Amino acid sequence: MSTTASSATRPQAGPPRDYRFPFFERVTLDNGLSVIVAPVHKLPIVSAALVVDAGASSESPGADGVAQLTARALTEGTRRRNGDTLGEQFERWGAAMGAAADWDAAVVAMTVLAPRLDEAMALFAEVVLEPVFPERELARLKAERLADLLQLQTEPRGLADEMFSRFVYRAASRYARPEHGSVASVRAIDRGIVERFYNARYRPGGSTLVLAGDVSVADGVTLAQRLFGEWSGATPTAAAVDDGPARTTRAVHIVRKEGAPQSEIRIGHVGLPRNHPDYFPALILNGLLGGLFSSRINLNLREVHAYTYGAHSSFEWRRGAGPFVVSTAVKSDVTAAAASEILIEIARIRADAVSEDELTLATSYLDGIFPIRYETTDSIARALAALAIYELPADYFDSYRANIRRVTAVDVLHAADRYLHPDQLQLVVVGDPSVIEAPLAALDAGPVSVHDAEGKAEQ
Amino acid sequence: MRVPIVTFRLANGLFVTLSEDHTAPIVAVNLWYHVGSANERAGRTGFAHLFEHMLFQGSAHVGANEHFEIVQRAGGTLNGSTWLDRTNYFETVPSNQLAIALWLEADRMGQLLPAMTQQKLDTQRDVVKNERRWSVDNQPYGTWWERLPALSFPPEHPFHHSLIGSMEDLSEASLEDVAQFFATYYTPDNAVLSIAGDFDPAEARLLVEQYFGGIPRGGGKPTLRPMEVPARFGEWRREVVRDAVMLPRLFLAFRAPVFGSDAHYVATVLAAILGTGKGSRFQHSLVRDREIASEASAFTFDLAKAADILIADVTARPGISATTLEAEVVREIDRVRTNGVTAEEVERAVALLETALVSALQSAGDRADKLSMFATYFGDPALVNEQTARYQQVTAAQVSALARDLLGEDNRATLLYVPAESQVEASADAEIGETAGAGR
Repeated sequence: MSTTASSATRPQAGPPRDYRFPFFERVTLDNGLSVIVAPVHKLPIVSAALVVDAGASSESPGADGVAQLTARALTEGTRRRNGDTLGEQFERWGAAMGAAADWDAAVVAMTVLAPRLDEAMALFAEVVLEPVFPERELARLKAERLADLLQLQTEPRGLADEMFSRFVYRAASRYARPEHGSVASVRAIDRGIVERFYNARYRPGGSTLVLAGDVSVADGVTLAQRLFGEWSGATPTAAAVDDGPARTTRAVHIVRKEGAPQSEIRIGHVGLPRNHPDYFPALILNGLLGGLFSSRINLNLREVHAYTYGAHSSFEWRRGAGPFVVSTAVKSDVTAAAASEILIEIARIRADAVSEDELTLATSYLDGIFPIRYETTDSIARALAALAIYELPADYFDSYRANIRRVTAVDVLHAADRYLHPDQLQLVVVGDPSVIEAPLAALDAGPVSVHDAEGKAEQ
Repeated sequence: MRVPIVTFRLANGLFVTLSEDHTAPIVAVNLWYHVGSANERAGRTGFAHLFEHMLFQGSAHVGANEHFEIVQRAGGTLNGSTWLDRTNYFETVPSNQLAIALWLEADRMGQLLPAMTQQKLDTQRDVVKNERRWSVDNQPYGTWWERLPALSFPPEHPFHHSLIGSMEDLSEASLEDVAQFFATYYTPDNAVLSIAGDFDPAEARLLVEQYFGGIPRGGGKPTLRPMEVPARFGEWRREVVRDAVMLPRLFLAFRAPVFGSDAHYVATVLAAILGTGKGSRFQHSLVRDREIASEASAFTFDLAKAADILIADVTARPGISATTLEAEVVREIDRVRTNGVTAEEVERAVALLETALVSALQSAGDRADKLSMFATYFGDPALVNEQTARYQQVTAAQVSALARDLLGEDNRATLLYVPAESQVEASADAEIGETAGAGR
């Protein structure tokens, strides 16, 4: 094997080229609809996103799932066309179109080649403004949700996520229950409930239309005015979500999956809301703890112990305090050992400040990948949608990289101390109790309980 | 819309494609090695993928896991993936970091072996075994990835065996295997390097020559075991799997024209008519109208050697038996086979394929990967610029003819998952067995 002298020496980075998040302009129409247009002319393609304050957090008690059902049913029929015709028409223009609700918003999104933008947007507006929610399509969408819930019983990853939410948030919290509704709540939703939800919440005041791609600001605003100008009303502000914890002491919750070759582990507690003033320190903290491939938890569990294919942590950002969670899947017989290492890493990052070298692993990563995140019109539209949903400042993107670089090792230590709570961690494991229960009990990480796949406690 | 392309070849055989785009200060580096699970020797299933993991364990001048750390510190994203007949490695970095990305790829292409140790191999073997548990063994329907190729290709065929590999074979893999695989397949003349995004072509070429130029050409790789297969299965194959699942799910596969052939473009359009989007046959009929299925799609595997497979993937609605599910899907297949498709259906499918292609080409990483793919399989990265036109040329008559030819009872493979505990389903199986006899 030949080696040239030059190949042994690592090259240095050249001077970075300037980057700015795409220029965008924000205009409010007379009816209150906020319109954001980001002209990006690289390729003849445009993405649109309509953001409505109609997510799961805004549902009335007892109507869990109505937000997602309403969003999905928008494309199932209008006063002028049935669902089949709508779908076929969008697709004959090559428009990738869909609507869905998450915790904080309903988003109707579409990507289409620029020459077909006008006609595709007209149909997009029809779907938003004139849905009729046919009984039969609602019944079918409900049945599809029930099928998903049924499948969850044998799908350990999704099951672990759902059970984690249930054991972390108190029963009164919407966050304790499935984002898209439970069997009982979905069954109880009828057309009247969907219509009332739509009529109350799908209003221009408080909503935002984003257009990103091969379109000018003037054309985008004109299009918005023409299609949505007659829409009227304002979405009432949703009440703050109850994001209180189920308990403030540690506990271990096993969800039974007989014969499982792996355990799906979730360890965490209530985290922080998206608009928290320490968002950036928390982001860096998480990157170093478990967010990056080279993070402490992943290197420990995967590369040192080979317990897993991967382990990561995250703060799930919502308007209310979403969860902080460490997630991994490990071979069953090392479940307790892996859980123990996760507890050790959480304790360790709270004990000592990270070195300058470790700090820059996360800061230079998040600083550097910033432009890579916004290569497509869809990702730009979604970023601007988030700006609207979380009411971030207009200069949020322009100041993002400076905010990342500003975080110090002391900030990270403070964030770890304030926002990680080792004594409140809930350990949720989907696995085989005959293999994992005794070792988990021996961990002394809190009382151990065993549950079935629907979360009912076994005696 | 055309992607600009410049190509050249180094003296050691490394094929390089460059594609400039200065919209954002981003550059993607993408390497395809023309080796995958098809090249594994008997008793070493899963080795090509295990080997991919070893490429992140350092090289002569890079420490274990340092590859990841260097790229992430540089503000980049990276990964690798293994497929039946290729393995790729890629990073997207800020454009001022192009040199380090190229240097990292060159260091492991040129000098991987000094960094290989038994301990690293043992660790990655366990990591991959956990990957197998996670993606196959502990996942409902997870075995379809290995059962379907096994059903579609004969036992001695290079595409027959499992890509992720068996636990036994993974246990057997040795450092000697690593050395041999590396020397045979990880050579510049068996690779394509693509660079896409914001770079200066003269400078990029200089860096490529400097870092990769000194790596010696390989000694040639062994030819694959015979790949040729008949154009059709010649029968209706079937496998029924009782699994820990809640709903029956059917994979119905058809042997299809090889990826890249004229007929494959037609097959892709056919798959989209059947199972992409709300206006597809499956969505329209099985999900919406008849309410047989909770999910339904159709797609091609895109195999560029031997033959491809076109797959219908349909999950039952609760209360629908496996027997009914299969009968209804087969009815849709027979309907398209007998009556053909309309020009409107072709128009819809082609429009969706076109939007998906333009969407993907926005990203430097996707662009570089497509260039590498067309260069590796067909020696011509410029094919990326012909894709839209190729799809636009497809006619309803061609799709109808292909459906008649491809979707017959002599070219079907049924892989049917049935909930293990259900007695109802057990009795339904008896009926399925009879259907199978009738199908042949």
